[in-house]
Amino acid sequence: MSRLPVKKTYKLFIGGAFPRSESGRTYEAEGQNVARASRKDVRDAVRAARGALPKWAGMTAYNRGQVLYRIAEMVEARAAEFADLCSGRDEVERTIDRVVWYAGWADKFAQVIGSSNPVAGPYFNFTVPEPTGVVATLAPDEPPLLGLVSRVAPALTGGNAVVVVASETRPLAAIELAEALATSDVPGGVVNILTGNRAELAPWLAAHMDVNAIDIAGADGIAPELERAAADNVKRVVRGRADAQSPWEIAAFMELKTVWHPVGR
Amino acid sequence: MTDLERPRGGVPAPKDWTYAPAPEARDVVTLADRYGHFVGGEWIEAEETYTTISPATEEPLAEIGQATPAEVERAVAAARDAYDDGWSTISPSERAKYLFRIARILQERSREFAVLESLNGGKPIKESRDVDLPLAAAHFFYYAGWADKLEYAFPNQRPRPIGVAGQIIPWNFPLLMLAWKIAPALAAGNTVVLKPAETTPLTALLFCDVLRQAELPAGVVNIVTGDGATGAAIVKAEGVDKVAFTGSTEVGKAIQRELAGTGKKLTLELGGKAANIIFDDAALDQAVEGIVNGIYFNQGHVCCAGSRLLVQESIYEPVVDKLKRRLATLRVGDPLDKNTDVGAINSKQQLEKIQELVAVGEEEGAEIYQPPCRVPEKGYWFVPTVFTNVAQSYRIAQEEIFGPVLSILTFRTPDEAVEKANNTPYGLSAGVWTEKGSRILWMAERLRAGVVWANTYNRFDPSSPFGGYKESGFGREGGRHGLEPYLQLDDSEAFGG
Repeated sequence: MSRLPVKKTYKLFIGGAFPRSESGRTYEAEGQNVARASRKDVRDAVRAARGALPKWAGMTAYNRGQVLYRIAEMVEARAAEFADLCSGRDEVERTIDRVVWYAGWADKFAQVIGSSNPVAGPYFNFTVPEPTGVVATLAPDEPPLLGLVSRVAPALTGGNAVVVVASETRPLAAIELAEALATSDVPGGVVNILTGNRAELAPWLAAHMDVNAIDIAGADGIAPELERAAADNVKRVVRGRADAQSPWEIAAFMELKTVWHPVGR
Repeated sequence: MTDLERPRGGVPAPKDWTYAPAPEARDVVTLADRYGHFVGGEWIEAEETYTTISPATEEPLAEIGQATPAEVERAVAAARDAYDDGWSTISPSERAKYLFRIARILQERSREFAVLESLNGGKPIKESRDVDLPLAAAHFFYYAGWADKLEYAFPNQRPRPIGVAGQIIPWNFPLLMLAWKIAPALAAGNTVVLKPAETTPLTALLFCDVLRQAELPAGVVNIVTGDGATGAAIVKAEGVDKVAFTGSTEVGKAIQRELAGTGKKLTLELGGKAANIIFDDAALDQAVEGIVNGIYFNQGHVCCAGSRLLVQESIYEPVVDKLKRRLATLRVGDPLDKNTDVGAINSKQQLEKIQELVAVGEEEGAEIYQPPCRVPEKGYWFVPTVFTNVAQSYRIAQEEIFGPVLSILTFRTPDEAVEKANNTPYGLSAGVWTEKGSRILWMAERLRAGVVWANTYNRFDPSSPFGGYKESGFGREGGRHGLEPYLQLDDSEAFGG
């Protein structure tokens, strides 16, 4: 007699845990029942991200780089599963390599983006990048794995905490990624992944007063509406590209702080 | 130490220091009765006008154009023509030389500009002479040098200009803000339509004469004057590729909303409610000078003004006593008098806003102190003011007053100072006063603000990036980073465009 497989319940990823949607709703995508997050799940995810931020942002850059590298290790270990959930092996490998690439930037980008400034006066003046804070990311639909990782990795490299809305039609790779993240060294709450109706969730994130930046890579037709809502607290709007890989992607999620330090005997 | 420095018997009565008046001569400035808009290298007659005045005397100075949307369109078209007609493709080193020329002419004519700035805006001549003008010239000089070095600032990013920049600037540092806007825009190869603030158009209009002297090609810089309606027309103009705004957070948000979905680049430099934090090991007399400079510089009309003073509890009394004593020696009056420390409030509207918030502060329960001080009968004046007994929730501790009004709060530990300093939707600047270097950097790391001054305040330099966190805006002005908003760059997803 054939064995009846144990089927997975696809849940959200908030604060390092896997809750069902508070609303109890699901929707069907890729032949599976997937959690359909609500406004309250958005709230919980933003709160988790805000709570996780100080530790993540305060970590040494060297340490953050290692944690990012560990994500690549975890994805590599599940490469076969990921390949089934995206366009295939090639996308998985490019994803892993991209994470490794950003991991290496963690303790370098400040030297590229920052500066010391020769002011006319007795001050040591320098400019350093700092994470903007909580970043909301609307993951692009395609490619389902690499697109999401391409948008999230630079924000994480800079020390931000992220709330991601996964592709609505292709959410399974994002959920698999949540499981890889949960078994990596990324502190709970640094990455939160929501699945559901993007047009329903995105406006709450865009208008949320405790979200510092929004990456509208996957916003499709609702981008203008989201940008308008983002103005409520002068959010940084990043029009990210699904395939980008550059240190300037990290810069897009950074604030610049300039310090005038006195010089004297 | 604190006991020794505490004056017996409280605050002494202010001494009557009688200075002889030392007014700067006004005759270096020649004003026209009426100004139009500077479009395509020529003056065009303005359809509608309003009167600009001296806020110190309420005396009318000139009739100023109130640009209509059609006039704004004309200016944008002129900027576009100049852009297509060579400015974007001219050799970068030639572009640099125009900017060097402008810097030199500003240095040469600085007295004239300083007098006009004080006349039209109400700021003390010693500030326009020693701060606004030297910095404006330095800004042009600094960015001039970048014009032919952009590929070194942005390696592998193929830096190229954006097109026409629409720039809207405030009334607190009229010429300096013009320099902050125009210098990087031109260095990057863009052309410009700039609107000075409604109340302070005169130095921007005089600047057109500098452009003529520098022989800058027609249409590269266009100046239109008017109120918020003119500003809105610039933001909405289709031919504008990039908008740069310095002003209130409220208007900044409206601009961000207006540009939603257009894909236009935007930088915003908005309001602030900066904390100036004094630790018990700070050099107190130096710190008190820093507090005064932080909030009474330019009548407190400074977006990065240190309007919230956070004093460590153990030194609260000596700091407040010293501050009140120092306040009594500030000279409020004629902006053109070289002895004046605090000039006129920029406009009647701003004066009313300050008066309203100060009244609210008193109602909420804060204790007000104003030194005995006589101000002229005519004009707009506000005596330097200190509020003690202020709770974090009071409006005077939350809202930007943009006037010479300081709110004093206390803290016990560095952690509490950080928490209170960051307890604001703004994040433009902060000040830290301590003799401990490691504490300066510890604080600097935790303050959510774009500029942190340690043992100094309100310092600016063209090489030093300036701009805010959170609701104080985004984008930087100054330094290499100040070029970025005016360039198209490969592989750049920088916010705002």
